[in-house]
Amino acid sequence: MGNMLASLKVWIDDRFPMTKMWDEHLAKYYAPKNFNFWYFFGSLALLVLVNQIITGIFLTMYYKPSASGAFASVEFIMREVPYGNIMRNLHAVGASAFFIVVYLHMFRGLLYGSYKKPRELIWIFGMLIYLALMAEAFMGYLLPWGQMSFWGAQVIINLFGAIPGIGEGLAEWIRGDYSVSDVTLNRFFALHVIALPLVLLMLVVAHILALHEVGSNNPDGIEIKQKKGPDGIPLDGIPFHPYYSVKDIFGVGVFLIIFFIVVFFIPEMNGFFLEKDNFVPADRLVTPEHIVPLWYFTPFYAILRAIPDKFLGVMAMGAAIVVLFFLPWIDRGPVKSIRYRSTAFRINLFLFAAVFLFLGYLGMKPPTPVYTAFAQILTAMYFGFFAALFFISRNETNISVPDRVTFK
Amino acid sequence: MRKLTLTLLLYCVAVAVYASSEVGLKSVKINLKDVGALQRGGKYYVNYCMGCHSLKFVSYSSLAKGLRLEEDQVLKHLMVSWSGKKKIGNYMTVSMSKEQGMALFGKLPPDLSTVARSRGTDWLYTYLHSFYEDPKGRFGVNNTLLPGVSMPHVLVHLQGLQVAKFKKVVSRVGNSEVTKSVFEKFEPKEKGILSPAEYDAMTKDLVTFLAYVGEPAKLERQALGVWVILFMLVFTGIAYLLKKEYWRDVH
Repeated sequence: MGNMLASLKVWIDDRFPMTKMWDEHLAKYYAPKNFNFWYFFGSLALLVLVNQIITGIFLTMYYKPSASGAFASVEFIMREVPYGNIMRNLHAVGASAFFIVVYLHMFRGLLYGSYKKPRELIWIFGMLIYLALMAEAFMGYLLPWGQMSFWGAQVIINLFGAIPGIGEGLAEWIRGDYSVSDVTLNRFFALHVIALPLVLLMLVVAHILALHEVGSNNPDGIEIKQKKGPDGIPLDGIPFHPYYSVKDIFGVGVFLIIFFIVVFFIPEMNGFFLEKDNFVPADRLVTPEHIVPLWYFTPFYAILRAIPDKFLGVMAMGAAIVVLFFLPWIDRGPVKSIRYRSTAFRINLFLFAAVFLFLGYLGMKPPTPVYTAFAQILTAMYFGFFAALFFISRNETNISVPDRVTFK
Repeated sequence: MRKLTLTLLLYCVAVAVYASSEVGLKSVKINLKDVGALQRGGKYYVNYCMGCHSLKFVSYSSLAKGLRLEEDQVLKHLMVSWSGKKKIGNYMTVSMSKEQGMALFGKLPPDLSTVARSRGTDWLYTYLHSFYEDPKGRFGVNNTLLPGVSMPHVLVHLQGLQVAKFKKVVSRVGNSEVTKSVFEKFEPKEKGILSPAEYDAMTKDLVTFLAYVGEPAKLERQALGVWVILFMLVFTGIAYLLKKEYWRDVH
């Protein structure tokens, strides 16, 4: 039996690089041995992506993408389809979980300078994933055809109308109609279940290939490939499989415990994951009192509303995302990890994280004059982070970086 | 600068307090496992609400299952059919057309399948206690929670009629004074068949039923969740030991 399997392996390897790929990406991919808590979120993002695809496939079997049938079909899934309730909650909570995991993954990149040379492309692929994910989430949110689905889409698509000249035509082209309608729902469905998942998957492959080409960064921000043993293996490297595969499985376990507590016991998360107004079918004649996007968009929504002029607001919101792409060149310092960087850098980064969270809070609140004033200050601070980073990193007084990785 | 920060903080607190005082919902503690409450609530719903409000996503067969009733009992007592064709697989629809609804109420009475999820149980409970006499209302009543309500107080013979007392509150907005009439309290005017405690119990049953109808699979979901999480705890424990064993030789 074992002999047969071994010869099957040879047979396949002669025709397909099975063992070669396994070794390159798992068994002989050497990762730094000092990964800490922050390094769980990459594999967790992959897990959530798989969850979204699998639950999404099952939801698609019963969901009906039409203005007259969408809301009812979601209720049918919630009530009549065996395990439909769980599939839907897994998918809806999964969307929020995706953003939580991705935000933590991105923050890890900021902490340890994972976007810096030679990993600029990994960062850019990651940012493209983030963009695709935002589009995917936005379009998916229209599908249940509740009040917030409808009005949220209405507001966001109308933003494109603020672009001078081509705006109105562009918004109409996106909707396929003069307002959000059955046509819009159908094309969002097509993009949500086919186009964007394909883009996401291809970008994820590019992200991982780029990572495995240059090797992983680590909490010390040291290149482990610079210190190799006589066998050519990095001294501080351990094979991803089995070391990090077993470690990540443990991480998956902890994550899933928290995730399932939400899915099975508090899937609405008090309106943060499933908004109350979305349990009312879409009605173009009744505008909800407060139209608020889900929490993962609210930092950018707050920036949008902070600027009094609609077009400039849209530009600021776009700029808030675009500026992240340039991070590898905005940060000019040679030292990667926050462990060995200046106090100024540390304060700047933690301020940025606080500003982002606070903006997210403000984006959920109705725009009172006080809140708007706060949002304006915080918007300035958001962009200020990048400006400050540009200057801080030029002549930074760093702490000396050790030769080899450390366990802290 | 410090003074400014302090002023801003105080302002925030004031805004928060003001915003929370406006809500003022009665809170109700419901128990979805109380089958008796569900059955009574279902009975009240069919008798008092379903003339106008459908539950179009709920089938009678799933109702029978959820309320632990025999299908015959549901067909006989909970299903209203003028055409005489009673099928357990039917959904809980109403016969009112959109035109009839518009003529009677100015809008089609909404379907209430998901109302407990969009409004919350406290809102529903408060709503059922907030009708008061108002000659200007379409049906001689109004509702403090939903001013200008286009629904009659269907349960008025049970609760009795109450009047609302308002007080004038003068507040300053910038340099101008704004007078607002703010609801103070209800006072009974005519007695109903039920005592206040009985009416509370009845509306609580009704809200319990609507909460069940909002997500019939909720209890099942939670029961399964316990097992899933127990499994994950064992799984994670083993995964931890495995990790520890493999990592023994990494220094």
